[in-house]
Amino acid sequence: MFSYYLKLGWLSIRRNPFLSALMIAAIAVGIGASMTTITVNYLMSSNPIPQKSGSLFYVQLDSWDPNDQGDDGFDLIDQLTYLDAMALMKAGKAYRQIASNRSGLVLEPQGEDERPFSVDTRNTWADFFPMFDLRFQYGSGWDGSADRNLEKVVVLSKEINEKVFGGEDSVGRNLRLNGMDFRVVGVLDTFLPVPKFYDITNGAFNDPEEIYIPFNIAVEYELPRNGNTSCWKPTDGDGFEAFLNSECVWIQFWAELRSEQEKQEYMAFLDAYVEQQKELGRFPKPLNNQLSDVMEFMESQEVVEDDAQVMLGLSLMFLAVCLLNTIGLLLAKFLGKSGDIGLRRALGASRSSLFIQHMIESAMIGLGGGIVGLGLAWLGLRGIEMLFGDYIENMVGMDWVMVLTAVGLAIMSALLAGLYPTWRASRIAPASQLKTQ
Amino acid sequence: MEIGPIWRAMMRNKTGAILIALQIAVTMAIMVNAISIMQERTRVMSRSTGIDEHNIFHIASIGFAEDFNERVTIEEDLAALRGMPGVVNAIQSNSLPLSGGGWSMGFQTEPGAEIDGTSAAVYFVDEHGLDTFGLNLLAGENFSQTDIAWRERSATDWPDKTLVTRAMAEALYPDDPDGALGKTIYVIDDDPVTIIGIIEQMQAPWNGWDGVERVVLTPTHTLFGSTRYIIRTEPGMRDEIMPQVEELLAERNKDRIVRSMRSMDETRERSYRADSSMIKMLTFTIVLLVAITALGIVGLASFSVNRRTRQIGTRRALGASKAAILRYFMTENFLISLVGVLVGAGLTVGLNMFMVETFSLTRISWYLVPAAMLILCIVGQIAVFQPARRASSVPPAVATRTV
Repeated sequence: MFSYYLKLGWLSIRRNPFLSALMIAAIAVGIGASMTTITVNYLMSSNPIPQKSGSLFYVQLDSWDPNDQGDDGFDLIDQLTYLDAMALMKAGKAYRQIASNRSGLVLEPQGEDERPFSVDTRNTWADFFPMFDLRFQYGSGWDGSADRNLEKVVVLSKEINEKVFGGEDSVGRNLRLNGMDFRVVGVLDTFLPVPKFYDITNGAFNDPEEIYIPFNIAVEYELPRNGNTSCWKPTDGDGFEAFLNSECVWIQFWAELRSEQEKQEYMAFLDAYVEQQKELGRFPKPLNNQLSDVMEFMESQEVVEDDAQVMLGLSLMFLAVCLLNTIGLLLAKFLGKSGDIGLRRALGASRSSLFIQHMIESAMIGLGGGIVGLGLAWLGLRGIEMLFGDYIENMVGMDWVMVLTAVGLAIMSALLAGLYPTWRASRIAPASQLKTQ
Repeated sequence: MEIGPIWRAMMRNKTGAILIALQIAVTMAIMVNAISIMQERTRVMSRSTGIDEHNIFHIASIGFAEDFNERVTIEEDLAALRGMPGVVNAIQSNSLPLSGGGWSMGFQTEPGAEIDGTSAAVYFVDEHGLDTFGLNLLAGENFSQTDIAWRERSATDWPDKTLVTRAMAEALYPDDPDGALGKTIYVIDDDPVTIIGIIEQMQAPWNGWDGVERVVLTPTHTLFGSTRYIIRTEPGMRDEIMPQVEELLAERNKDRIVRSMRSMDETRERSYRADSSMIKMLTFTIVLLVAITALGIVGLASFSVNRRTRQIGTRRALGASKAAILRYFMTENFLISLVGVLVGAGLTVGLNMFMVETFSLTRISWYLVPAAMLILCIVGQIAVFQPARRASSVPPAVATRTV
């Protein structure tokens, strides 16, 4: 029966090519527009590290100015001071923990005629690599002793290894950064978290850094920082030492806590630490520490941009317009076949079989619209990529989930649109139609 | 007019009409709100930065060698840049409008840690700052060469003179902005700074900041390892001079690299890319949406003409003129559109209220609503015209035939 209905549907679609094309186009455009914005929103709010996002916690301590009226647009400062980050690192109370910040250095290639160029770097700790499940192409991350002994080691991204060493195994090779020699210990495999959850402060959709170096080295040699630095209190005196001891925040801190119990213990540790600091005259505001897991943190930092949400809302309304359009056209079409339907009813077809037949026809139109719409969504994403350029390039890829969602949404929409017209069609009384002939 | 009979005929088979009216209503809600967003973005983008944008470009210089002498490099670079033919003036600065990254500090009219200061963007410039940016000094005087300090990355002392924008003066002294000249303000709680001049207008580096006009110029050269040169050229000379400057800086000193050379025009384009993209996407959405709605009207009208062919033939046979038939379909569409835009007006305002609430967007201008109502009614009339004309050319003889 199903294949017979498919055939009937196909014949009916071919009978009014203009009307059918219009319906397929309407669904396709609606699906195309909404899938484009759904994809962007989906990627913006996607979980960049699903296997362990629930056990990675961003640490926030409220060390900020008691007189700040909050006109800077945040409730709780998002980074830590050097003093606090180092105290937490030293205590080592979490299963794993890292303090890290963004930086930029100048890389001098070995070749005589090659010009030096600047690279984005991240200053971090040994636990960064196992904590965020980074996979290596060659070698591995450095271990904790390198952090303690101020070893000049680096981990390279796959891209920079290709640029500098032609993609070969560069472990053990020398790399010159800001006039200092570093030893390569590892080369990462492709690593492109979207959003770049571990440093939302400096851009949730930036590319990951090209080179990772030990945090302690960056401090020891006073390497430049180029991430966000915010201060509220005058520093005591000039110089780097005074800066390190100041209330300026510039460090992101992550802790890996494997259970609810570990989380509670860590929270208690943080509270105790801040209470102790309060006695030393720091932390003038009321106790307000926070541990947020990856998804909670991205929620609190409003990673999904308003523009993307506005476009999503508008495009779903657009889809609604396209559906209203399709309902009208299907209704017109089905009622136009009243004669046929009446005849089939008179020959013994039941209402339910007519209902199924017309729903199948609607679904066929939906499938067509879905496939064309998928193509349009692809074009839409390319268009967005063209408009925004590198700013958004990590957010315009479609995966299988999106493809299936698109087709599913199209068929669902068409079935929904077909519901009322189909019901009307199956209500047609056999006699009244036959009489007018 | 035959509105009564048309309305009653429509009511006998109202589903199709309701669907079109709804479609028009939702279309209108999307259209007006999208246009309102576009208007707001256009307004934001058209704000002036206060500087001579078309003739300014900038380039970053990053020292990396261990024996890199930054102070000498900057002094020599600036002398070389200012000596280039076609260059009006050049400075070293930490940032510039629309660049997205820079310094902000709190300034207050009374000293004391407990006071919450007024934040302003800080540009470090020397006595050539006003000329290089092309700023207009309303009152007071420019820095002199002896005012200029050299500042290390983690230094905390602050020069004792400053120039502020008029908007900053208003923020500090809301009751008497003109009296700001010569006043002493405080930075980092209690470090005194005297306002020696007031600039007409200049933007901070962050275009989305609500204090974007609050700017302070500080007479300082920075020794931060990496810096930025801002160069103003004679009108029309910029594109010619840009590659020359890049070459000059790269060749003059091998202990540093130069990068990110951009004209202000490009900086502006990058800075507002999200906004201009939003405008383009919304324009595209509106065009597509109106087209879909119009096509839907064409489809349904054609269909109803087909279905009513015999009825039309009968009317023609009974003496209705072609014009009467045309008028019938046009009027029918007008009535549907009218209901649509009336419902649409309510929907539009509702959607706008929601968006203002949720995304803190601006409220729609009142005139957009009647304008959109008019436009959609006209679009409906245009869409229905072809099917209506086809209806009017149904020959009366059709009435006598059986289908």
